[in-house]
Amino acid sequence: MLGVDTIDVTLGDAPVLKGTSLNVADGEIVAVLGPSGSGKTTLLRAVAGLLEIQSGDITWDGQSIIGVPSHLRRFGLMFQGYALFPHMDVGGNVAFGLKMAGHDNIVEEVAKALVWVDLGGFESRPIDSLSGGEKQRVALARTLAPQPRLVMLDEPLGALDRNLRQRLILDTRRVLDERGVTAVIVTHDRDEASALADRLAIMREGSIVQTGRVNEILANPADEWVAEFLN
Amino acid sequence: MGRIRWGWVAVAALPAVFIGYFFIYPVARILGLGLAELNIGASGLDARLLRIAGFTLWQATLSTILTLLAAAPLTWAVSTYEFRGRRLATALITVPFVLPTVVVGTAFVSLGFGDSIWAILAAHVFFNTAVVVRTVSTLWSRIDPHLEEAARVLGATSWEVFRRVTLPLLKPAVAAAASIVFLFTFTSFGVVLILGGFEYATLEVEIYRQAVTLFDLPLAAALAIVQLVGVTGALYAYSRYQERKAVTWTLERTSNRRAPSGAARALVALSVLATIGALSIPLLALVTRSFSGEFYRRLFESDPVVGRPISAVGNSLLFAFIAMGIATVVGVMAAAVITGRRGSLSRWFDLTLMLPLGTSAVTIGFGFIVALGWPVDLRASLWLIPIAHALVAVPFVVRSTLPTLRSIPAETREAASVLGASPSRVWREIDLPIVSRAALVGAAFAFVVSLGEFGATSFVARPNTQTIPTMIFRLLGRPGETSFGMAMAMAVVLAVLTAGIVMWIDRAQVGDIGRF
Repeated sequence: MLGVDTIDVTLGDAPVLKGTSLNVADGEIVAVLGPSGSGKTTLLRAVAGLLEIQSGDITWDGQSIIGVPSHLRRFGLMFQGYALFPHMDVGGNVAFGLKMAGHDNIVEEVAKALVWVDLGGFESRPIDSLSGGEKQRVALARTLAPQPRLVMLDEPLGALDRNLRQRLILDTRRVLDERGVTAVIVTHDRDEASALADRLAIMREGSIVQTGRVNEILANPADEWVAEFLN
Repeated sequence: MGRIRWGWVAVAALPAVFIGYFFIYPVARILGLGLAELNIGASGLDARLLRIAGFTLWQATLSTILTLLAAAPLTWAVSTYEFRGRRLATALITVPFVLPTVVVGTAFVSLGFGDSIWAILAAHVFFNTAVVVRTVSTLWSRIDPHLEEAARVLGATSWEVFRRVTLPLLKPAVAAAASIVFLFTFTSFGVVLILGGFEYATLEVEIYRQAVTLFDLPLAAALAIVQLVGVTGALYAYSRYQERKAVTWTLERTSNRRAPSGAARALVALSVLATIGALSIPLLALVTRSFSGEFYRRLFESDPVVGRPISAVGNSLLFAFIAMGIATVVGVMAAAVITGRRGSLSRWFDLTLMLPLGTSAVTIGFGFIVALGWPVDLRASLWLIPIAHALVAVPFVVRSTLPTLRSIPAETREAASVLGASPSRVWREIDLPIVSRAALVGAAFAFVVSLGEFGATSFVARPNTQTIPTMIFRLLGRPGETSFGMAMAMAVVLAVLTAGIVMWIDRAQVGDIGRF
C-alpha cells in the first residue's frame, strides 16, 4: 500500500506540490485527475524517486522509502512520451526491467508480456517502426513485465488520436485488471480517468482537493471549482 | 541528489588528472618561466617580441581575409544552387583541410615556391577554404527564400538583396569562420616552419626555434605567453558568436537550394571548377613529382643519418593506436562528466578540455620538456609522444560524443532507473551503446590527428622514434634532390593514410544511429 503524506516539492523556485497526500490500497487503481500544470506528473516522479521532496513522507506498507533510490523501489512508471530505448528493439525494451531484476527466463516473460498487450511476436521489431498505438502498448508491457509493486501511468493515452484512445482505454483497463496491479494513473481527461480507475483523486495547484468514486464526487463535489472542472 | 556518488568522482578523476598533469601544470610552469623573462624588460627582447608578434598577427589577418575572398565564389555556388556534383565539390575541397600541415608544406615546396611570404599565405588559403565554405554555406542554404523574394518585390536589385538582406544574415557564420581561420593561421606551425625559411617566423615557429635550436627556454616561454593571449582573444571572439547563434538558428530547418539557370549555370560551373582546380594544383604537383624518381623504393633503404625512413610509418601507426586509446577513454569519460547533472563541475570541464585545442600543439610539446621532469622524469619516455597526441585529440573526441550524449532525453535514463538500473548500469545500458558510434568516429579523428601531429611531436620525438611528419621534416631539411623526393613520397603516404580514414569517418556519419 502506497502512502503519500503531505509532501512539498519545489522545482527551481516554484512550489509544485503543496502538502499533497494520497493513499492507494493494494490492488486499487486510483486516477489523479487535474488540469495541466497542477503537479500530477511531479507527484508521480516524487513517488518514483526521480526527484527530491522538501518535506512530508512517502511510504510503502507503512515504511518510509524517502532514502531509497529510484532503481531500488521496484515501482513501474510509464512516461508520457513512453521513453522507449531507441537503441533496442521491442524485445530489448520489454526485457530491460527483467534483466535488471536478474530473472531467469527472460525470453518467456517478454513473450508473455507482449501477448498481454496484443503484440505477440513483436520482439525483434525496431522501435522507430512502431505506430503511436504500438509504442503505447510496448511501453505498457515494459512497465508491467517486471511485475512492479506499484504501476504508475502518466497520461497513458494522451498522445493518441481519439478513435485509438477509445479502444486502448478498454485494452489498458483489461490488462491492468488481469494483472491485479496496484496503480496510479495520471490524466487530465475525466472519461479516461473514470474508465481506467476505481477511485479518483482531484488535483488542483499542487494539492489533492477531493477523493472518491466518480459518482460520489459528481453527486457531492467539495467545492465549486471541482464541480466546474468535472463538467 | 544530495549524496556524493563516488563512482562519479572516479569517472571525473581520470580526465581531470590527465588534463591537470599533462596540460595545466606544464602551462603553469611556462607561465612562471615566461613572466620572469618578461619582467626583465630588456629593450632588445621587447623589440624582437613585438616584431614576431606583429608578423604573426599580420599574416593571420591577411590569410583570413584572403581565405574569405577565395572561398566566396564556391560558397555562393554551393549555398544557393542544387547541381550535380555539389556534394562531391564540398567533399573535395575538404581534402586540403584534413591533410597534415607537413604534407601541405611539402606540396607547396614541390610547386617550387618555398621561402616566401606568398607561399605561406597561399598555403593558408589552401588549407582553410573548406572552413569558410562549410561554415557559411550551412547557414546560407537555410535562409528563408521568402526574405530575399520580399526584398526583390520591394524593388531591390540582386546586388542590393545580397548586400542588405543576405550578407547581414550571414554575418554570424562569416564571423565564426573568420575566427576559426584566424585561430588556425595565428598558431600556424608546420606550414610556416617549412615555407618560411629563416626569414619568416610566427610566434609558434619562434617558440620552437628558441626552445629546441637555441635552448633559450625563458624566451620561448615569454613567446608562449604572448601566443596564449592572442589565442584567448580569438577564442573569445568565437564564443561570442556561438552565444548569438541560437537566434540565427530560428531560420529554416531544411535547405532551400534551387537549380541554376542561364547565366547562373555558367557562373556556378566556373566557381566550382576554378576553386577545385586551384586547390588541386599543389597536390597534383606533390604526387607527380613524388613519382619522378625511385623515391618510394629509397624509403625502404637504410640511411646513415635518418635510418630507414619507412620505419617512421610503423612508429606513427603504433603511436596513433595508443593515442587513440587514451584520447577515446579520457574524452568519453570527460563527455560523460560534462553531460552529468553537476552544473559547475560540468562547465569547468567543458572549458578546460577545450583549452588544448586553442593553445597550440607547440605549447603542449614545449610544456612537456619544461615541466615533466617532476615527480618522475618522463621527458625521455616513449609514452610522451602518444600522450601529447592524445592531449591534442581529446577535444575532438569530446566534440564528437557530446552532441549524442546531450541528445539522450533525461526520461530515457529515468525510465531505465525506474526499471531497476543503478546509475552505473544506466550508463552501461543506455549512454554507452548510444554513444558508441559517435565514440568510434571520435576515435578515428584521434587517430588522424595523431598521424599528422607535428607541433608537439617536434619537441618530444627522439632519433629512434621519428613519426611520419618529423621524418618528412628531417628529409626536407637535408640538401639534395633525393632527400626532397623521399620527403614528397613520405608526404604522399601520409596524405593517403589520412584521406582514407577521413573518408571512412564521413561515410560512417551518414545515416547512422548516432543521431537520436
